[in-house]
Amino acid sequence: MRVSIAILAMALGATGAYSGEDASLTLEDGQSLTIRTDAPPHTENLSEITSGWVYRSDETQALQLDDFDNPAFVFVDQGIDLYAAVDGSEGKACASCHENVEDFAGLRASMPKVVDGELVTMENLVNNCRTERMGAEPWKWSGGQMTAMTALIGLQSRGMPVNVAIDGDAAPFWEAGKELYYTRVGQLDMACSNCHEDNYGNMIRADHLSQGQINGFPTYRLKNAKLNSSHGRFKGCMSNIRATPFAEGGDEFKALELYLASRGNGLSVETPSVRN
Amino acid sequence: MYRILTGAAALMIAGMAQAEPVAPSDVMFDDGTVAASLTGVAGDPVAGRQVAMNRKLGNCLACHVNSDMSEQSFHGEVGPELDGVADRWTEAELRGIVTNSKMMFEGTIMPAFYKDAGYTRILDDFAGQPILTAQQVEDVVAYLMTLAE
Ligand code: HEC
Ligand code: HEC
Repeated sequence: MRVSIAILAMALGATGAYSGEDASLTLEDGQSLTIRTDAPPHTENLSEITSGWVYRSDETQALQLDDFDNPAFVFVDQGIDLYAAVDGSEGKACASCHENVEDFAGLRASMPKVVDGELVTMENLVNNCRTERMGAEPWKWSGGQMTAMTALIGLQSRGMPVNVAIDGDAAPFWEAGKELYYTRVGQLDMACSNCHEDNYGNMIRADHLSQGQINGFPTYRLKNAKLNSSHGRFKGCMSNIRATPFAEGGDEFKALELYLASRGNGLSVETPSVRN
Repeated sequence: MYRILTGAAALMIAGMAQAEPVAPSDVMFDDGTVAASLTGVAGDPVAGRQVAMNRKLGNCLACHVNSDMSEQSFHGEVGPELDGVADRWTEAELRGIVTNSKMMFEGTIMPAFYKDAGYTRILDDFAGQPILTAQQVEDVVAYLMTLAE
């Protein structure tokens, strides 16, 4: 049933403004990203997973193909400056300990992950270095400095398949995230799954519903002309269904992030992506 | 004398019905349908069209195509088309669907428009109140009853 609806939607899309649904994402430098692939076995209700890029208009899609056109790169450049900037009581910059940012290749693809029994996201890693090693103030979860830095570090993994661990230590966090994904909340009484699992490919008013994958985060949105964290997006979707959002950086959103990342296992890291 | 009394009583009952709509928790469902008006006041299809269209009220176009509103751009495709619903459903069925569609369609994504309790993590601004008032539900139902083909 689900599959047939998706196929129908794609067939419709191919004749409408969304001809891009059949397009492939090949970057200017020739690198081809995986935007659709078989769903991982733990994503029981989907047979295929697709990047959010697939559901965007041709114009929005095009912005992500060339780093010169991609507005997110203005912020990546800010990230490069921040990476080299000394801050805090220890007189250090990121670059003091991590000489080449390229060494972070692969990290984004495996985040979030469990370290010493705690679920840790990219933002946690960055702030941990700031407070513990640099003697600097932590950055705000979705603030401009943090998203610039997570975009820069995430970019080093672009093209690598998302591959977060969900077993062992991670299992309880993954279960908690899954529970949240399927729990109806707010006055509109909807779960993430109602829109992003049951209705991806369908229009909800002027919005073309995607699977709500997070392989492209932080993502530049045309709507607010800045980089957006995944927790910021979760918050937005919850407010839209008239639900009180969980806190950015809190246990619930971290668990949800792990669960969503795992639903994208196999898609390419697309950071920094462009969405509307 | 007897006649005058019953007349007055009838007037009083009608007056009460007008002042006190059925509370969301008191709506009586029978197989997903709601036979009795929530207010005792006939629905206004013109007002109902506006309520259905309004993004902060019915926002029905978010999910439904409706040719009667073709002047509006972007109709959603999450639910079935509303064209011809008056041919497919009775007034009591439509009242049930708008009041709380979960009573008719198990597990549906469609929100309940006249339900004020039992929600999880509802935003404070909306707590304790239904999306639509009882009269707005009646107006939307009256509007849906005009959608015959
Ligand atoms: C009422 C429908 C609805 C619900 C429920 C909903 N979302 Fe969304 N979501 C959207 C729309 C519309 C968009 C923008 C188009 C798209 O990418 O799907 C979006 C976008 C997203 C994106 C961005 C995808 C990308 O490629 O950039 C993520 C991630 C996301 N949602 C996660 C969630 C999570 C987590 C929940 C539950 C807490 C949720 N959504 C609930 C409608 C919804
Ligand atoms: C978030 C999506 C959504 C919204 C908003 C929504 N609906 Fe629905 N509606 C549905 C879905 C989906 C169905 C099909 C029932 C099912 O299987 O879940 C449906 C079914 C119906 C039906 C039965 C249609 C038929 O012919 O079978 C009517 C009538 C209806 N809706 C009216 C409305 C009205 C009126 C509004 C606004 C006041 C509204 N809906 C808002 C999703 C929605």
